[in-house]
Amino acid sequence: PHALVFLEHRGGVIDSGSLSALTAAEKLGGQVTGLIVGSQEEVQQVLPKAQKLKGLTSVLHASAPQYAPPLPEAVTPLLEKLLKDSPFTHVVSAHSASAKSLLPRVAARLDVPAVSDITSVEHDSSSNSTTFTRPIYAGNAIATVRAPSEIPLKFFTVRSTAFGAASADGSEVEAKSVDAVEVAKPGSEHVKTELTKSDRPELGAASRVVSGGRALKDAKTFNETLEPLADLLGAAIGASRAAVDAGYADNSLQVGQTGKVVAPELYIAIGISGAIQHLAGMKDSKLIVAINKDPDAPIFQVADAGLVADLFEAVPELVKKLKEQQ
Amino acid sequence: MRPSAARLLNILVPVKRTIDYAVKIRVNPDQKGVDLNVKHSMNPFDEIAVEEAVRLREKLKDQVKSIKLVTIGPAKAADTLRTGLAMGADSAIHVEIPDSAPPPEPLGVAKALRAIIEKQKDGVDLVILGKQAIDDDAGQTGQMLAGLLDWPQATFASKLVVDPAQKVANITQEIDGGLQEVKCKLPLIVTTDLRLNEPRYASLPNIMKAKKKPIEKLKPTDLGVDLAPRLETVKVAEPPKRQGGGKVESVDELIAKLKEAGVIGKN
Repeated sequence: PHALVFLEHRGGVIDSGSLSALTAAEKLGGQVTGLIVGSQEEVQQVLPKAQKLKGLTSVLHASAPQYAPPLPEAVTPLLEKLLKDSPFTHVVSAHSASAKSLLPRVAARLDVPAVSDITSVEHDSSSNSTTFTRPIYAGNAIATVRAPSEIPLKFFTVRSTAFGAASADGSEVEAKSVDAVEVAKPGSEHVKTELTKSDRPELGAASRVVSGGRALKDAKTFNETLEPLADLLGAAIGASRAAVDAGYADNSLQVGQTGKVVAPELYIAIGISGAIQHLAGMKDSKLIVAINKDPDAPIFQVADAGLVADLFEAVPELVKKLKEQQ
Repeated sequence: MRPSAARLLNILVPVKRTIDYAVKIRVNPDQKGVDLNVKHSMNPFDEIAVEEAVRLREKLKDQVKSIKLVTIGPAKAADTLRTGLAMGADSAIHVEIPDSAPPPEPLGVAKALRAIIEKQKDGVDLVILGKQAIDDDAGQTGQMLAGLLDWPQATFASKLVVDPAQKVANITQEIDGGLQEVKCKLPLIVTTDLRLNEPRYASLPNIMKAKKKPIEKLKPTDLGVDLAPRLETVKVAEPPKRQGGGKVESVDELIAKLKEAGVIGKN
């Protein structure tokens, strides 16, 4: 096998999700080529780092003003050209917003299906088939799917929490420039990007999450109760659908089947009863802590450490005692 | 002054019937799938797509010429179309497949949608669909359709502003770590994210009215597409069981537990 891994980057740094995608690509057991796309300046910055990624056997790079940021309409023709009649057998990326937009578009142009959000991968060279597992129904079931040899080019995106990040201390591999494919009249243009400026980690990528539910009463109480604990733990803040529907928290903070699916090291559910739709979004977390005054709340069935208590007493006490120990 | 015909928008909204989001998923003992004899509803992200189309009409009035739904699914998927018609869509297409047919893959669905778009006499200017369906969680159909048609695409939309006169739209997209705004030419594919809107509940009079709205029935062969999956589903299993149910009696015990797990410093 020979995989092409789409390496995403921001501010001169390769995304951690792409490093996990690289680890997954390595498991195919063949050559692994990285692809860097961006403006000339971006590529110059990122390329030397990419060349030293452990697991890569070579790096391709293409630069054009049109590739910053890499909108799918602009990058698709480049990938089509790279992949048509090529030695590549697999196309791999993180299951990130940007790659999720790009890969299926390219796959359709090449008339092949794609496999999303995989959590394991195994390639059988003798039958030229690749078998994946991936969560379906928001992780309430795990599907094993096989891409047979009739699919000449196998596209898949990788759930980053399922694979470790490739390390950056490999020996430098060869880099090769490929010509950009200019799109004369692009159907879309980038207007602006606004990244959320927060000292807190991003919910989807955070290793710790403190989430609140409807028991937090209102938006003010929600923030005043959760923020000190989240700050202390360096955690992202999340919310149940009930809390979002009640207007305590922004939609972007919703953890659950229709919100974000998270799998942090530590998940603290505060005043969350644990509806199925919420559990689907967090039950793969390593350590689950629940604080709720209802001893029968379903959240306790998945919690490793459940505390039946009034959150308005327990959370401030927890914050106070954690502070004392610092 | 009446706007010229070229400025009228024809909107297509593909929708999918899925297991209701609040239903507990049970894997069948044969490990071939999940129990489907449960309550179904419209995929929540598709509901947002229908709502957005209806809101566009409320804003742009008669510049929105038509809102047509399409679904690919078994006979019961007609219920999902009725739901969307009650929300305010004008008409619908039902590409009916047998109950026993395997669920089509996103590429097959995208090919069927392309064929439907090509059949529309007045053309299609805007396709709005959910960013993913909550059953297979693939999240590919919109992008694949855009690729097949070579149209622009705006995924994970949290805001959509359409200018029918200029035939352009501005879309705010949810990206990792923030928001991105793009300006796209029509015809365009938009996929909806959670923040785009909150779908309405259909009123009883509208539910009654929806019963009279036309649903055109088609077969995959009418569209010349093959919906047979190309990926093989080897099995569907229960996720690893979580050993939950651990309790602590006090905040002190909780802190001890956090230390034991190495989540906070041992001091």
